Amino acid sequence: MLEVQNLSMRFGGLLAVDGVSLDIQEREIVSIIGPNGAGKTTVFNCMSGFYKPSGGKIIFEGKEVQGKPDYKISRLGMVRTFQHVRLFTQMSVVENLLVAQHRHLNTNMLAGLFGTPDYKRREQKALDRAAYWLERVGLLDLANRDAGNLAYGQQRRLEIARCMVTEPKLLMLDEPAAGLNPAETKELNQLIVSLKEDYNVSVVLIEHDMSLVMDISDRINVINQGCPLASGTPEEIRQNDDVIKAYLGEA
Amino acid sequence: MAAKNYRHALFCAIVTLIISFPILGFNLEAKGISVTLTGAETSTVIAVVLAAVAVFVFQAYRDSFTGLLGKLPRLNPLAGREPMEQAKKAKLESWILTGIVVLALFWPFVVSRGSVDLATLVLIYIMLALGLNVVVGLAGLLDLGYVAFYAVGAYTFALLSQYTGISFWMALPIGALLAALFGLMLGFPVLRLRGDYLAIVTLGFGEIIRILLNNWTTLTGGPNGIGGIPEPTLFGMEFGRRVKEEGNTSFHETFGIAYSGEHKVIFLYLIALVLAVITALIIRRFMRMPVGRAWEALREDEIAARSLGLSRTAVKLSAFTIGAFFAGFAGTVFASKQGFISPESFVFLESAIILAIVVLGGMGSQLGVILAAIAVTILPELAREFSEYRMLIFGAAMVLMMIWRPQGLLPMRRIHIKLNRQE
Ligand SMILES: Nc1ncnc2c1ncn2[C@@H]1O[C@H](COP(=O)(O)OP(=O)(O)OP(=O)(O)O)[C@@H](O)[C@H]1O
Ligand SMILES: [Mg+2]
Repeated sequence: MLEVQNLSMRFGGLLAVDGVSLDIQEREIVSIIGPNGAGKTTVFNCMSGFYKPSGGKIIFEGKEVQGKPDYKISRLGMVRTFQHVRLFTQMSVVENLLVAQHRHLNTNMLAGLFGTPDYKRREQKALDRAAYWLERVGLLDLANRDAGNLAYGQQRRLEIARCMVTEPKLLMLDEPAAGLNPAETKELNQLIVSLKEDYNVSVVLIEHDMSLVMDISDRINVINQGCPLASGTPEEIRQNDDVIKAYLGEA
Repeated sequence: MAAKNYRHALFCAIVTLIISFPILGFNLEAKGISVTLTGAETSTVIAVVLAAVAVFVFQAYRDSFTGLLGKLPRLNPLAGREPMEQAKKAKLESWILTGIVVLALFWPFVVSRGSVDLATLVLIYIMLALGLNVVVGLAGLLDLGYVAFYAVGAYTFALLSQYTGISFWMALPIGALLAALFGLMLGFPVLRLRGDYLAIVTLGFGEIIRILLNNWTTLTGGPNGIGGIPEPTLFGMEFGRRVKEEGNTSFHETFGIAYSGEHKVIFLYLIALVLAVITALIIRRFMRMPVGRAWEALREDEIAARSLGLSRTAVKLSAFTIGAFFAGFAGTVFASKQGFISPESFVFLESAIILAIVVLGGMGSQLGVILAAIAVTILPELAREFSEYRMLIFGAAMVLMMIWRPQGLLPMRRIHIKLNRQE
């Protein structure tokens, strides 16, 4: 469903991403790994439209999307989380989820002011969807807390829930396990697998936690200093000499 | 540490001297056609030196002073109590708001004409502050030229009444819509700007409008302003002693009561009250609608908002447009109340005062903004004797407020949303 061909991104003199290609099928978890500064987040930023790539193509469901503005790409069904959690911290947990669902809502201002039946119905549906996902990630009881007051692990889960209420086809997670304790990482592991199996989303995952990556990935892409180093199943990556030298060995 | 403190304090004291001495320490005296410079009285010079000493002492022992300030809030008898429950608080707030409105309804019938006039002005400021609250408090866009939209509303009515003889009720929506259009127009060039840059551009925009009004003499009358703006009518009934417009009747004759100038003032007050309540209700509703949440999301984190499919253009423009709309509302009422407007009513200081109301009240909080609007408009009137020091007191109040309660009088609280557990 998503194909990244020969992507490159240049910042001034620095070629942060150089010829990276990815291929993600429906209901698949594909990981991107690589040392710090390898260019993983930059690949995400290009895919989600935050940067206009310097070269290469990004094809989502048969359409070229590279260079499109971020909000349009998100509306196509490709949404992401951030390496450093980005919540609407002064808004409540449930409001965070409502903001994300604006496309499912009746945004006509007059409809909202007069509370037309269609407006009310869609608002209620959005609330129910929010409640469902909050329950799913174990935050329902905290629904009216300020998002900024949640514990770190809860914020991470809320960020994923906020993506899921948009009903995406492709979910991009940037280091979702960073800063989580082992128990939370295990829950996250189950959540991601369930997103794929129960909700039919494809997941692109950037992660440094090797056990998580090896455990849930269908395929893994390794990049090093912006260049693709290897790609294959977890088994293949584990045995790849280049990878061991460049990445696993040093860790 | 101490040495550094003293050096800093000395520097501040010298700055005080440099600033105040040339202004206060010399007098210009006209002798015939020539002007001579003479030193001021000794008492003034002593006062200036004392001021410098005071600055020195404060700066040198600043830490202990601010430490003292920090202890003050504990004197608050309510500080130690349990925080109220969310839902209870929300209910209390609605009660207070309703209470204010009911009180406001009876107010004009028991007080003097001057008080009603002042209260009308308060209501105009409430409308302005509620509108600016959308732009600054909710959407987080620092707009320093808000008075421009107020001016557009007022001048729309003034000009239309002068050239076409339009009535207040027709001018009200036209003024508001035209102001909204100007809001949209300002929105486009500043889409990419944030924070300081946005503040500067909006400041410039406000000045452009004012200067345009000042210099386009053929249309606006320039600094002379426009007079003869009609008062509102009630179903074709005028409030003047004599009917000015063909086909209208007069209020006091229709009801067979004696003419009184107060009718007009009270009627205008009631219109302002109704419009202010409508403004508050509409914006309150907006805050619970997708558009209101989008404003706040953009304020909180623009990147995250966009990553969820919100278009920055649409969200920002809607905030500017709606904010400007209510300023246009207020402007029309203002023009009608004054009967005469000139560019002098729309200077930067007005923008600053409206912004101060929003900040003092607590960004995003409606009740806070309303209370702050009342305080900021009425206090200077109560303290008439100090009118020379008005701005000084105002400034000092702002500084103290920012030290004690940087979040404003009544910071905004989230709306409690009830969720039903799904299967
Ligand atoms: N906006 C930018 N401007 C200039 N250089 C950038 C920019 N964004 C990223 N870079 C550079 O690109 C390189 C790749 O950064 P990137 O954030 O993609 O790495 P990463 O693989 O996500 O690393 P980490 O594992 O630490 O998150 C780095 O050298 C970084 O300094
Ligand atoms: Mg990264």
